[in-house]
Amino acid sequence: MTRASDLASSYDLVVIGGGPAGLAAAALAARAGLSTVLFDENPGVGGQIYRAIAFSPVKDRTILGEDYWAGAELASEAKSSGALIVNGATVWSLDPTRLVGVSIDGQARLIRASRVIIATGALERPFPIPGWTLPGVMSAGGAQTALKAQGLVPSGRTVMAGGGPLLWLLAAQILRAGGKLDAILETTPRANWLRAFAHLPDFVLSPYFSKGLKLLREVRAKVRVIRVDRLEAVGDDKLCEVVYVAAGGERRMPADLLLLHQGVVPNVNLAIAAGVTHAWNERQLCFEPLLDADFASSVPGIAVAGDGAGIAGGTAAAERGRIAAIAAVRALRPEASMPDTQAIRQKLQREEMGRAFLDWLNRPADSFRRPKGDTIVCRCEEVTARQVRDTANMGCEGPNQMKAFLRCGMGPCQGRLCGLTVTELIAGQCGTTPGDVGYYRLRPPVKPITLAELASLPIAEAERKSVER
Amino acid sequence: MFKRLTEAGVAVAITVDGERVAARVGDTVAAAMIAAGIDHCRTTPVSGAPRAPYCLMGVCFECLVTVDGVGSRQGCLVPVSEGMAVETQTGKREAGR
Repeated sequence: MTRASDLASSYDLVVIGGGPAGLAAAALAARAGLSTVLFDENPGVGGQIYRAIAFSPVKDRTILGEDYWAGAELASEAKSSGALIVNGATVWSLDPTRLVGVSIDGQARLIRASRVIIATGALERPFPIPGWTLPGVMSAGGAQTALKAQGLVPSGRTVMAGGGPLLWLLAAQILRAGGKLDAILETTPRANWLRAFAHLPDFVLSPYFSKGLKLLREVRAKVRVIRVDRLEAVGDDKLCEVVYVAAGGERRMPADLLLLHQGVVPNVNLAIAAGVTHAWNERQLCFEPLLDADFASSVPGIAVAGDGAGIAGGTAAAERGRIAAIAAVRALRPEASMPDTQAIRQKLQREEMGRAFLDWLNRPADSFRRPKGDTIVCRCEEVTARQVRDTANMGCEGPNQMKAFLRCGMGPCQGRLCGLTVTELIAGQCGTTPGDVGYYRLRPPVKPITLAELASLPIAEAERKSVER
Repeated sequence: MFKRLTEAGVAVAITVDGERVAARVGDTVAAAMIAAGIDHCRTTPVSGAPRAPYCLMGVCFECLVTVDGVGSRQGCLVPVSEGMAVETQTGKREAGR
């Protein structure tokens, strides 16, 4: 176990996040001779897609599928590369001078980096329906994490709802693991086909096409799939039923577990706090960093790779990590021999090919992104959609002002579960675009840390003297 | 709500609110609580509503629990260890924890 005191005071490259992008970047950079450290806050590397790749108790490889196990090679490549990989390390700060604040087991350090690659990946898009805060309602990604890392399979009456590739993949994995699903409530509008259709030829040529079809067939053969227009989780202290509106009217379905998912979006907190310029992506309905072809951001020396750079999936993430790492090596050790960048870019292009079709097809309906009434928007501070809408109508035109009125986004999750919803609600009420409304202003620490952790930072004699009288 | 795919694995004994919970090596605190059928891990500071782990990947902060006396730890990021004492949290964080 690496402790905070084992860390050097500076590194050529600090990689933040141990998913495919981070692992591939760290491996390539370390092999090329850069002193490289990778920080990841989870107990093991792999990120979300390859979660627990080194210690998953799910030994039957067919359950999680070969695409999951492909992550093992990335992890072992990184491990043998000479990069220092530190798990249980929470990065809570990154500033434009590339000073990285990190905490390991309650001890904090500030690390100087010549280059930084942010590989903090994606998180699930908020899915604000009535009752989504009830125990018994969980994100599909959460259930998948429990399956990969602890071999936990849903038991009891289980309903999945939403849309997007991950929902179908998880359904297949649960079924293969012997779990049962009472129903899948599909929320993506059929009208999405209109915009998706133009991108079908590219999708057919992409690696996702045959995989996707197989997955859909596998799940549909075993589970009832119902297209719904409205969705509600009902219960007093925990979920007891799912209420939905389908073609035939309102229906109620008793349930112990409801798994929600409507796509993933970049996890922007660290990059925004570091000063990286972001812009609204109308197709993917999220903010993403503005980057050049090497994934360099608007802040010199800071790159963003992987799904944090815009959603493209795990395989693309690894290629993006490699491209960002090559740029870092070129800047710091131009004499090092590098893999063929052109070949990597071609692979990346192939991976990204089917994306437009998937994005348009699975684009969540307005009604599931812009809730109404007493539906909770900010889970931490329990702020409702009506409050946000009413406050916008009073003239509050931005999410930061909204914080001052309602405290939304000011709880421990720091807007991760409400940021996009608040921005979209304001845009809707004010008749403008999410891009114009903007996102929460985010500042370090991007993860809560204790004063004791801050106090554990080493202090130089000169610093101590400067505040002593 | 969840069952273990395999009962294999090295057992780790932790307590949740003083009750013994059989965890496994590789469990996080949040996963061990879910596997044990504990239906919520805290009540909210605002309305006192019960909450359970939601994302299990460190972003939602619903699984905040007190671990060995330290409050508001993210249960999904803390691996279990033998003898660990976990407490569910009620409402606001208490001073000194």
